[in-house]
Amino acid sequence: MKAPDFDYHRAETLEAALALMAEEDAFALAGGQSLMPMMNLRLTAPEALVDLNAVDGLAGVRIEDQRLTIGAMTRYAALEASGEVAEHAPLVSTALPYIAHPAIRNRGTIGGSCALADPAAEMPALLLALGAEVHLQNVKGARSVAADEFFLGLYETAREDDELVVAIQLPVASKRQRIGFHEITRRHGDYAMAGCAIVATEDLSEVRIAFFAVSDRAVRARAAEAALAGTSGGKAELENAVAALSEIDFAGDMNASTHTKRHLAGVALRRAWAEVMA
Amino acid sequence: MSKMQSVSLTVNGEAVTATVSVRKHLVDFLREDLGLTGSHVGCEHGVCGACTLEVNGAMVRGCLMLAVQADGATVTTVEGLADSGRSDAIRAAFAERNALQCGYCTPGMLASALEYVEAGGTADRDAIRAHLSGNYCRCTGYQSIVEAISDVISGEVDA
Repeated sequence: MKAPDFDYHRAETLEAALALMAEEDAFALAGGQSLMPMMNLRLTAPEALVDLNAVDGLAGVRIEDQRLTIGAMTRYAALEASGEVAEHAPLVSTALPYIAHPAIRNRGTIGGSCALADPAAEMPALLLALGAEVHLQNVKGARSVAADEFFLGLYETAREDDELVVAIQLPVASKRQRIGFHEITRRHGDYAMAGCAIVATEDLSEVRIAFFAVSDRAVRARAAEAALAGTSGGKAELENAVAALSEIDFAGDMNASTHTKRHLAGVALRRAWAEVMA
Repeated sequence: MSKMQSVSLTVNGEAVTATVSVRKHLVDFLREDLGLTGSHVGCEHGVCGACTLEVNGAMVRGCLMLAVQADGATVTTVEGLADSGRSDAIRAAFAERNALQCGYCTPGMLASALEYVEAGGTADRDAIRAHLSGNYCRCTGYQSIVEAISDVISGEVDA
């Protein structure tokens, strides 16, 4: 189908984009790889779009004070090609090839995925596992929100209607960081049926585990983290962590029941943990 | 007022200026306004890949981009890829391997395949399949398409 009618504004500066977001009942158009399908399927019908693609300075990767700052309009293809991302955020590099397909990654952006907060999208879970900060701005000012406080529900975030996600900030990974990523899909590039992202210190004293496509949002699994942190990460501890996943408020979808999601989350955790221990 | 906008872009090497409805997809603009019907429209939500075409050097979904967003862009459709000779080898390989039947997915397949080949992709079949995962074909079962791309990479095509 075709998208229903809307007004279209192309912003060329961040100030112009923020002014439009303040004035209009508008949606920001980033890469459009999720918003456009939703509009074409008439699942959503914004009155106006503020296109961010021509805004200067919203894309790019830079390192400052042991933080990796990624502009909101940085496309997945650019992240895949970035040596800085590969070196300083290996979890992101590992997961990128699983995000949709090449033609989608040529347009899709990190900020767009973050702002939409699709429960089956990889990026929100990666940000939770990495302890990212989401930088927001409106005409009145700027603020940053920890990923842990950003994803609030089904397509629901801490972003106010007039705010734009302008950047994502990640702590630079230590050379000895351990990571694990696994998602279960029907076909390569499809939305996951369940997925798991893990970041751990070399000695396993700290473990962060996040899931996607199992609940109404990307979620941390804190009881599972506690079951593995400070242990040797062996089979018994892993099975304790899998059992602890009942803390998650699992939600079924048209592909898998709540019960199946619960099972698949355990499978994804075991496989991702095998990478952490490899 | 903001529902119609003027756009100027380069399509297959030619400068084009037009007034478009802002809700019109790029692929519909190319097909309906410019008569470039090589790009096909399948699912219209970015899943099938039939509308894949090149914008500013990157293969994208023509149904997930608005025509108005292509203002100032350089667009190459499957017609342009053929005219410039870029797709000669891949088209010859598709014909040789019988890598199409109804042809509906073919423009998008050629575009995605070309992106893979031009980026220096290897003849590894799993890698080729992973790259084509966003292009659906309901006729061939993919095997002949994968073989055709593999032939191009290993230089087994006369074009």
